[in-house]
Order: sequence, then C-alpha cells, then structure tokens
Amino acid sequence: MSEIDEGLRSELQRQGIWVTSMQELYNWGRKNSIWPLQFGLACCAIEMIATAASRYDIARFGGEVFRPSPRQADLMIVAGTVTKKMAPQIVRLYNQMPDPKYVISMGACAISGGPFKQGYNVLKGIDRYIPVDVYIPGCPPRPEALLHAFMELQRKIDEQKLTGARKAEHLDPDQPSEFSVPAFGAHDLEPAANADVFRPMKIERNQ
Amino acid sequence: MTPHPYSFIVIFVGVALVFPIMPLILAWMWRRFFQPPKPGVQKNATYECGVESLGEAQIQFRSQYYLYAIIFLIFDVEAVFLVPFAVAFTGLPVGAFVAILIFLLLLVEGLIWAWGKGCLNWAR
Repeated sequence: MSEIDEGLRSELQRQGIWVTSMQELYNWGRKNSIWPLQFGLACCAIEMIATAASRYDIARFGGEVFRPSPRQADLMIVAGTVTKKMAPQIVRLYNQMPDPKYVISMGACAISGGPFKQGYNVLKGIDRYIPVDVYIPGCPPRPEALLHAFMELQRKIDEQKLTGARKAEHLDPDQPSEFSVPAFGAHDLEPAANADVFRPMKIERNQ
Repeated sequence: MTPHPYSFIVIFVGVALVFPIMPLILAWMWRRFFQPPKPGVQKNATYECGVESLGEAQIQFRSQYYLYAIIFLIFDVEAVFLVPFAVAFTGLPVGAFVAILIFLLLLVEGLIWAWGKGCLNWAR
C-alpha cells in the first residue's frame, strides 16, 4: 500500500492528477467524520458542550455529530469524574460501540481521579478498564485543548495501517473488541484494574 | 431516434437498485477482506444505555384499563373525526350527515354509560 514515490506523486499532482491509496482514502474518510458519543460526567462536559457549540465549533473538524447511541459512535470522550458506580456503565457502553473506536480521556479526573483521587468512590483513571488514545490534562481543559486532542486523534487515525504486521487494532482479528466489565465488590470494584489494559508507568527512583 | 417515452422508468428502477446495493456490496467486501467482525455478548445486547436490562419486556396490562380506552375514544378520536365533519358541513349530502350522527350517537351512548358508572368523577 501507498508505495508510490513522493516525487512522482507531486509531479502528477502538478499536472492535475491526484494519486491516492486505499489506506489514505480510508483514513481520510474516517478521520474527518468522527462521531463522538454524547455523554458527559461532570464539569468537563460543559467544556465539551462549549466545544461543540458555535464559538469553538468542533464541526470544523468533522466531529459535530454527537450520537445518543453507542452503536453509531466512533469516539468516546470521557468528560469528567468517573465514580466507581459509573465505571461499569462506561465500560459497557465502550463495549457496545462498533469498531473502530477511540477514547479521549478528558481532564484530570478521567486521567487519574484528579482532585477527588482520595475519594473512596472515585475511579483513579478510566484507563484502568478501557484503552485510552488521547489524554488531555486540565481541570477542566479549555475547549481549545479538546480541539487539540481531537486533532491529535485525527493524526493518530491517519497513521493507522490497513495491512501488515502493525495494522490497526480493529483490523486485527486477535485484538479484543470488548473488555471485561468490573463488578461491584464488597469494598471496591472487582477487579480494581483490568490487567490487559492497564499498564501504569513504572517510576524509577534514584537511590 | 427518440427514446421510448417510458424508458426513464427503466433508468429510475436501475438507479434505485444500484444505489442501495452498491454500498452493501462494498461494505461486505470490506468486511471480507479487511475488517474482521468482532461480535460479543455486550455488543450484541439489545439495550444500549450502559445498564443491564432487568425483567421481561412482555408484560400484561390489567384489564381495568379498558375504561381509559373508552374515554380516549370519546374525547380524542371523536374530535379527530368531528373536525373534517365541521369543515365540510355545508356541502354534505343527507346520507353522510345521518352516518356521522349515528357515529356520534354511539359515542354519546358511551359517554352517558361512563358518566353513569362514575368514571368521570375525580378520585380523591
């Protein structure tokens, strides 16, 4: 795929002939029509609403069609504090989205629990249960930050491969599409993190 | 040579068939050659708000609700029929007038019956 010489391509383009590959066409179509799932959890959702409204206008990037059903959504924007009560529902909604699907973890709470990290009822980051593509720091992040994350996601989609050993996850039959939903245990969610998904950063301390 | 006057119907039928079938074929080929289907228990679940569904969908309503059905007929369905009747009132033949009167009479009987039964009393 896409093994055309760059010089030849620009030469052809100068003559009015546009050359593309199936992979580029496919990624171009997908990255310019990302439909987010319409749900907000806390104050970040207000910023998400502002991003979708006329002043910041996420429609410029093709993401204005917020879908009320996970069956029609490509992108899950986890906007706000995820409580332990809410976490199973989010994982279930993620599982119900069709492939290819992406997740933006918006704000400090969705990343790590944020200012409520010490709370007994707050999940310490949604990436414990579902794979996150783009993290946005901030409390809450401004709409510009969400737009930036959206553009990063578009860049990520644009680089996904259609074939080969490093092809995109949704094209690989061995990669899972559903992740296990945590259950309410006696004191905490069980399991506390999905080991297949959650890969915390290793902290290396100098003695 | 002039085309047959009805040839556009054939063209319309052709377009109407090709237009929906083409994307279906393309989608099928995409699934066949690139994107493997990944069905799952939750992905195939009927309900899609994140909460697991409880209980049965096929429940039965109590038969006492027939009173609401009758009163709905009298006050709502009757109004729907009365509006065109009132609009066309001056131009109606005698037969149509009698027919609508019979229809009204049936519903008025129902109203009197419901009134006598005490269905119109406000429950305290």
